[in-house]
Amino acid sequence: MSQLVVKDLCLGYEGREILHNLNFEVNKGDYLCIVGENGSGKSTLMKTLLGLQHPVSGKIITDEGFSKKGIGYLPQQTVIQKDFPASVLEIVLSGCQNKCGIRPFYTKAEKQKAIKCIEKLELQKFTHRCYRKLSGGQQQRVLLARALCAAEDILLLDEPVAGLDPIVTGEMYSLIEKLNKSGLTVIMISHDIQAAIRYADKILHIGNNIFFGTKEEYLESSQADTLVKGGARNG
Amino acid sequence: MADIFTKLSTYLQYPFVQYALIVGVLIALCSSLLGVTLVLKRFSFIGDGLSHVAFGAMAIAAVLKFTNDMPLILVITIISAVLLLRTGQNTKIKGDASLAMISVGALAIGYLLMNIFATSSNLSGDVCTTLFGSTSILTLSPEDVWLCIILSVLVIGVFIFFYNKIFCITFDENFALATGVRAKLYNLILAVVIAVIIVLAMNLVGSLLISALIIFPALSAMRVFNSFKSVTICSAVLSVICAVLGLLISIAFGTPVGSTIVAADIVLFFIFMLTGKLIGGQKQ
Repeated sequence: MSQLVVKDLCLGYEGREILHNLNFEVNKGDYLCIVGENGSGKSTLMKTLLGLQHPVSGKIITDEGFSKKGIGYLPQQTVIQKDFPASVLEIVLSGCQNKCGIRPFYTKAEKQKAIKCIEKLELQKFTHRCYRKLSGGQQQRVLLARALCAAEDILLLDEPVAGLDPIVTGEMYSLIEKLNKSGLTVIMISHDIQAAIRYADKILHIGNNIFFGTKEEYLESSQADTLVKGGARNG
Repeated sequence: MADIFTKLSTYLQYPFVQYALIVGVLIALCSSLLGVTLVLKRFSFIGDGLSHVAFGAMAIAAVLKFTNDMPLILVITIISAVLLLRTGQNTKIKGDASLAMISVGALAIGYLLMNIFATSSNLSGDVCTTLFGSTSILTLSPEDVWLCIILSVLVIGVFIFFYNKIFCITFDENFALATGVRAKLYNLILAVVIAVIIVLAMNLVGSLLISALIIFPALSAMRVFNSFKSVTICSAVLSVICAVLGLLISIAFGTPVGSTIVAADIVLFFIFMLTGKLIGGQKQ
């Protein structure tokens, strides 16, 4: 069952097109990794999928019953957040805001959900700690917990391991894998082609030559050559 | 010392001192509540900018010979606030630059208009009073006080009702938008409330004081406290304490009210900064 079908999508900003005729679909439970060079339009694609930006042309068709309120989103950290005085619980709880509507305060159930998400990401001992005093990896986990609070069926991650050290990166990837196995659809932007091949089951390569298919097909394709072999040389 | 207390207690029986205290406390409270969000959104200077806009609007109203300039000033200031806080991903001019542009632009146009169509002989006096408070806080009428009480209750009510939403859009507007929170609506509400508070406060206490009341308590509270809720509560308490302290000192020693309150805020900021350094050194 497709959750998301993208048809002939053209993307860009300020009237300049950067991606043409993008076609792919995401099924429930998929782990899709979007790879491509810097400036190829990965972030623009994610913003368009999230509805933060209008496509130049083409369509994004979503499954019935699928709404914005089921999306969990892990954005890249902003400058504002780096010194934001807020406790971990306050931030995770704000993920439930999309279910609130005009209701001013959070319900008990929402508070319990936030606590559960905090436990899922093993952040219990930081619940009342200040966000700005946590390490980069811990902060990223807090934002992931917030995304989980919002997510009913799909999780979009924008470079979840940017700026993390190798050990924390590994932990982050296995956490995401666990969430995917529990039934959440994952769409992830990554620079890390090795990880993409290891964890994802579908790959969308964007750039001059667009590729979409399973991981196995990707490894056979010509697009993989530059990134994978380049990546292997560097790694 | 006893002298000062007798002096204060005599003064406190005068209605104009009581009015000043009520209005001072309410404006300090309202602006500090919004100050936390504004400072975190990198809009510390919005008080200054919007009061310059209000000054420009006042000049336009004077040129057009409006008898009641309040509605025009409010509308123009609200529109500017909405435009400023509409921080989209694709805005070509970033928040601080657009704020500076609107602020300086409005001030210049306002002064220019007043100069060309001068109606009063004491032009620089007029300009000075708009910047430092056209009606000084010690010459308030009962109507001013009532207007201030009503608007303050409204602002505090809106703030409490939208508290969680304000947190959400302050911390991460894109996340809010992406997950279906009506961030644009809440931003709009925030902008309107800010504009109302600034226009009100500018008339009563001047634009110098309103900027300080927005910035200082929030920054002081952020040095020491670690959650959004505690920072908000602390900044409200600090702001009220400084306003009362500043007013009392200015009455007792005859210093200018606005500057004395700001001075109290500055002293408290340094105390909190040191405290924050001490606590921060021991933690973790």
